[in-house]
Amino acid sequence: MHILTVIAILFYMLSAAAYFAFLFIQKNYLHRSAYTALATGFVCHTAAIVYAFAATGQMPVGNLRETLSIAGWAVAGVFLAVQYRFKLKILGIFAAPLVVLLMAVVSLLPAGSAQNATIFKNFWLIAHVAAIFIGEAAFALACGLGVLYLLQENTIKTKKHRFFFKRLPSLDLLDSAGYACIVTGFTLLTVGLVTGFVYARSVWGHFWSWDPKEVWSAVTWIFYAVLLHERLTVGWRGRRSAIMAIIGFAVLLFTFLGVNLLLKGHHGGFTRW
Amino acid sequence: MPEIVLIGINHKTAPVEVRECIAFSESDATAALQALHRQPDIREVLLLSTCNRVEVLLVTDNKPGAIERTKDFIAGYNKIDRSRFENSLYIHEGDAAVRHVFKVASSLDSMIIGEPQILGQIKDAYRRAASLKTTGVILNRLLHRTFFVAKRIRTETGIGDRAVSISYAAVELGRKIFGTLEGKTILLVGAGEMAELAVEHLIRSRAGDIYVANRTFENAVALAKKFKGTALNFEEIADCLKFIDIVISSTGSPDFVITRSQVKSVIRIRRNRPIFFIDIAVPRDIDPAVNRLTNSYVYDIDDLQGIIDENMEDRTREAIKGHRIVDEAVINFRQWYDSLAVVPTIVALRNKIESIVEAEISRTLQAGQVSHADRWMLDKMGHSLVNKILHDPTVFLKKDGMAADKSAYIDTVRKLFKLDR
Repeated sequence: MHILTVIAILFYMLSAAAYFAFLFIQKNYLHRSAYTALATGFVCHTAAIVYAFAATGQMPVGNLRETLSIAGWAVAGVFLAVQYRFKLKILGIFAAPLVVLLMAVVSLLPAGSAQNATIFKNFWLIAHVAAIFIGEAAFALACGLGVLYLLQENTIKTKKHRFFFKRLPSLDLLDSAGYACIVTGFTLLTVGLVTGFVYARSVWGHFWSWDPKEVWSAVTWIFYAVLLHERLTVGWRGRRSAIMAIIGFAVLLFTFLGVNLLLKGHHGGFTRW
Repeated sequence: MPEIVLIGINHKTAPVEVRECIAFSESDATAALQALHRQPDIREVLLLSTCNRVEVLLVTDNKPGAIERTKDFIAGYNKIDRSRFENSLYIHEGDAAVRHVFKVASSLDSMIIGEPQILGQIKDAYRRAASLKTTGVILNRLLHRTFFVAKRIRTETGIGDRAVSISYAAVELGRKIFGTLEGKTILLVGAGEMAELAVEHLIRSRAGDIYVANRTFENAVALAKKFKGTALNFEEIADCLKFIDIVISSTGSPDFVITRSQVKSVIRIRRNRPIFFIDIAVPRDIDPAVNRLTNSYVYDIDDLQGIIDENMEDRTREAIKGHRIVDEAVINFRQWYDSLAVVPTIVALRNKIESIVEAEISRTLQAGQVSHADRWMLDKMGHSLVNKILHDPTVFLKKDGMAADKSAYIDTVRKLFKLDR
């Protein structure tokens, strides 16, 4: 494993630990150090990915290990952006451990060999992969925000204010940040699907080939489309929106990993190990 | 060496009937303070009088005398008998007095721990004393340390963080639901002190339009005028739930004023925007089943009281940290206070030795005639002896390194040379 990736993982771990400490001891310096550690880890991680890109001349998504590493990178990046925009200090308690988990799996997987080199130089494919990963990271955070929303809502409804009440932000903030994540995720997922179609057309001659990954991606897309539609028309918000964000992410995880591991298709190589 | 003494009475030691007899009003305070300062034995003095406490903080060289004079003064000024309040008085001296002042200012000694007003009251009392020049080196220093300690405790502990009144608890909850209360519309059903206080807090948090409903329309109009809101008929309540964000209810109605079905029917029209019911009435005005509807939250008086009790416990826990900070500050103050005694000790020591030398030279020279030049030589020698002998002890006493037990050394020196007669 590249030394930069190792450093990135160490910083991610440091960040997760600081976020945990922040949950219990609400001190601002803990949050600041956690955020800085995550940002530093992200920079190292970016450097590692750019290095891999430059060294091999292709996007490092050749096997499961590289794919998960990119996923972790995307989650870290999107979290940094969301945190910057919404100042949701507590979200780190979800995001940082998620990144650490992904990277832990990465470090356990064998390096393996990347698949055929030529296809990862295509512009449409790079756009496709980038959009999908960042979109999925946004959905992951929407799921985390949904969990936090349900926790805080439960605290308020049951009137037991012990632990979470003062540590979690307001319902409104959790809800609107979750919504913003879903809008971002959905936009990028759409971009990712469109670029994927264009690439498929240029390589295989047709947009759609009933590949399991394609079908499940469409299912995911429709799921989030319904969620957004309901929010805009009848005002699905709060609890229901939070639950849907969590279910949506489960569907997404299946599309991302389940399809590759359980079903077959032309995306199989990404999760080879 | 002057001593710090605090004589006081508070809500823990005396019932209100006694406290109100010896409280000094705003207008009395100036005259009382000046009168106190004119008393013999009182070098510096500060007078604090609030509805929960009356305290006299003073610096004196004659402790028993000053205490007696203060008691007499309180009795005389308020024209009551000493026996009526004497048993309720507490008297703290030295470190205990300093600790007490720190605790009072940090609101660790208040009826409601962490309430913020007391610090302001002490600041006012100090400002008055300083402008009348009844405080000096010691109290000035003490009060500045007090303000510092109080501020530190407020920022470093959670002593004042959580709401401990019904109306503040409601506002705090509203913030957790809505994020900001800015622009949120409010409906007040019925009237009542607590409900109106809650509305005032919400207005201060820049809430939006205010609607007032009451069974008696005139009352609604009067309250609406007070809050610059809109008066509603009682029958209009169900309809306006469509756009209200926060409902505060406090009526004498025996039945529910707002039912589950009424709220359920507006949820869709509200596009699921959250609605928060604060039910201060007994019997309750709002069907508790409303709390089970999505995005609607109901808190009744017991729920709010439960939150307050929890918050009180939190404050009590945080107060422990506050006591630790106070202890630290007391030690720091003691070190500064002791350093005051060093210089007088050195001066006294030097005076004593010099007077011995002078006396001995004079006695020796009485026997035979000595020329002026010789006498001058002897005096000079005496001086240098005193300087040489006292050089090391002086350096030692002035040295900062011994700061920790300075008072012990000073005490020893004073005893060894019998400087205190």
